Amino acid sequence: MAETNSTFDATDDRDSTSDGSAATRSELYKEWLDVAVLAPLRIAWNDWRTKTGSLIILFYVLMGTVGPYLVPAPTQGQGPQLAGPFQSMSYPLGTNKIGASLLSEIVYSTPPVLKMILAGAVFSTVVATIVGTVSGYKGGIIDSVLTTLSDIAMTIPGLPLIILLIAVFEPESPYLIGIFLVINSWAGLARSIRSQVLSIRDHSYVEVSRIMGASTPKIIVDDVLPNIMPYVLINFVNSARGVIFGSVALFYLGFLSGFSNNWGITLNEAFTNAAIYSLDGIYWLVFPMIAIVGLSFGLVLFAQGTEKLFNPRIRARHAEAVDDTAPYEE
Amino acid sequence: MYILKRLGQAFVTFVAVITVTFGLIRAMPGGPADYIRARVMRNRGSEGVSMSEINSLTEAYTNFDPSTPVYVQYFDYVTNILQGNLGQSVSFAGQSVNSLIIKAAPWTIFLLTIAILLTFAVGIVLGAVMAYREGSRFDTGSTVLSMFVNSVPYYVAALLLVYVFSIQLSIFPQSGNYAVGLEPGLTPIFIADVFYHAALPVASLVLTGFGGVAITMRGNSIQEIGEDYIRVAHLRGVPGRRIAVRYVGRNALLPMYTNLMISVGFMFGGSVILEQIFAYPGLGNYLLQGIHARDYPLMMGIFIVITAAVLICILIADLTYGLIDPRVSAGEGKEAY
Repeated sequence: MAETNSTFDATDDRDSTSDGSAATRSELYKEWLDVAVLAPLRIAWNDWRTKTGSLIILFYVLMGTVGPYLVPAPTQGQGPQLAGPFQSMSYPLGTNKIGASLLSEIVYSTPPVLKMILAGAVFSTVVATIVGTVSGYKGGIIDSVLTTLSDIAMTIPGLPLIILLIAVFEPESPYLIGIFLVINSWAGLARSIRSQVLSIRDHSYVEVSRIMGASTPKIIVDDVLPNIMPYVLINFVNSARGVIFGSVALFYLGFLSGFSNNWGITLNEAFTNAAIYSLDGIYWLVFPMIAIVGLSFGLVLFAQGTEKLFNPRIRARHAEAVDDTAPYEE
Repeated sequence: MYILKRLGQAFVTFVAVITVTFGLIRAMPGGPADYIRARVMRNRGSEGVSMSEINSLTEAYTNFDPSTPVYVQYFDYVTNILQGNLGQSVSFAGQSVNSLIIKAAPWTIFLLTIAILLTFAVGIVLGAVMAYREGSRFDTGSTVLSMFVNSVPYYVAALLLVYVFSIQLSIFPQSGNYAVGLEPGLTPIFIADVFYHAALPVASLVLTGFGGVAITMRGNSIQEIGEDYIRVAHLRGVPGRRIAVRYVGRNALLPMYTNLMISVGFMFGGSVILEQIFAYPGLGNYLLQGIHARDYPLMMGIFIVITAAVLICILIADLTYGLIDPRVSAGEGKEAY
């Protein structure tokens, strides 16, 4: 990001007047750590939305990585059939029709979902950012071509296309499924990034870079991207949410084979059996719902609070290595 | 000129989508010809089926003859679809895809129009009020609520609503578009019943959708309220209500046009799973049946029709956007740097 780079420039200037390169290098790293890592964390911690959001996301990441080692895999007969929740420590969230623990089912659903989110969100954000910035900044024919492309991708209704693709190619890898799930959602993000860039490209400081003879890629990376970073991050989180919605929907409809556990599968089992039981059986339906909604709520909270992270002025205030009068603040 | 450009773009998009479906049909393992051959053989035994007969059958179903070169197949396929011929359904014997779609489409469009209008109406009003009361308890509460509903998938809401209100409490019907045995017509009873059956599907879309709209509207409005021209308008003595509606409201709405376009596509896509949950006989429901029965003409036909519907909505939004924001038709297209 441009702000971080300019910090380096500023310290470089100071370094040239001081002596000893080893000490300054460690100082440099310390400052970089402070500016690029600690300050954002401090800001994040100061906002209740990012704080809650990060905690929720952390919880799910732990559930996906450590969880399977702590909780036994769901099997038939872990407890009595259709036992209610909060009755026994061996099945804290109750059991389903075949006596498998709901907690186990929910925990074992997490790792593949996290993999899909990672692959899908990274893919769509990267493609959207590249297409959006280039087409917004360049304008003209390149813009028309890229806009037409994203229009085409955006117009194709997502879920039906994904279902068709999955029916045709039958992907097994969660990473590949993640990419399929965002196969056209990058287009909407690209369009909104493009309109952001359209307003940025005429700002005076961008014009200055242009007059100074900076190349287009350099201007895009240094001058345009930092300004749309909040947008990009929010879009990253939104496409993560899209991946969750899409994958659970596909699991619910039964189009993804090769996974034994998913919140969508649990939902489907609970719903197909719903009519037989009274309102007491609702926990079977509600716990996977809480798992789905919880993760996406965490992501939404995080995105809403993150806007502040990318405001250089707020970040400078929280970075201890930089005093407020440092040239970087300008 | 602007209109012509948009129309041209829509046409290119449509042909591109047809091309995608053509590619998908050809990428299907085995392809439609194999499938139809297997079907015919099952019906008549292995003798008595000639290759040319299979080819002509495949052509009747899918609009292209597999014995011709690829570019001829492609040309036949595209021209047939552009003429409005979507082929024959394989699983619904004797029915053309067109007739199935004409039967199903009105229901989906009815459902989605109501849902989209309600979602945006509720979201925009709520967002505007939140922006004007920024920082108040009402604002904080509604923001949290909006973020929460925004993170509930519409089908999760649908499942919960059906489970509680139809299966357990029997207040709303569980499935279908109107009560069995009711004569369709423009009678008050029938119309009331249709709305009664649409209540839960629409509710699940609106309840989970308005939050996102409200948050965006709130953000846009707060940004507009801070602008200098609003302060000038206040100083000039423009009445507050007029500022709220004509100045802030209008400018905050402009960027949401793109959101509207995206959510139209999103909701049409979402109708697949929603109609499955409610057994609502719309396009999405037929699409799923087509996929389960490996009925290529049906699923591709519905896919194309859904795309066309989204395309038309976007086209309308685009053309009217030029009317409300004159900047679009003027500046954008020039090669800038």
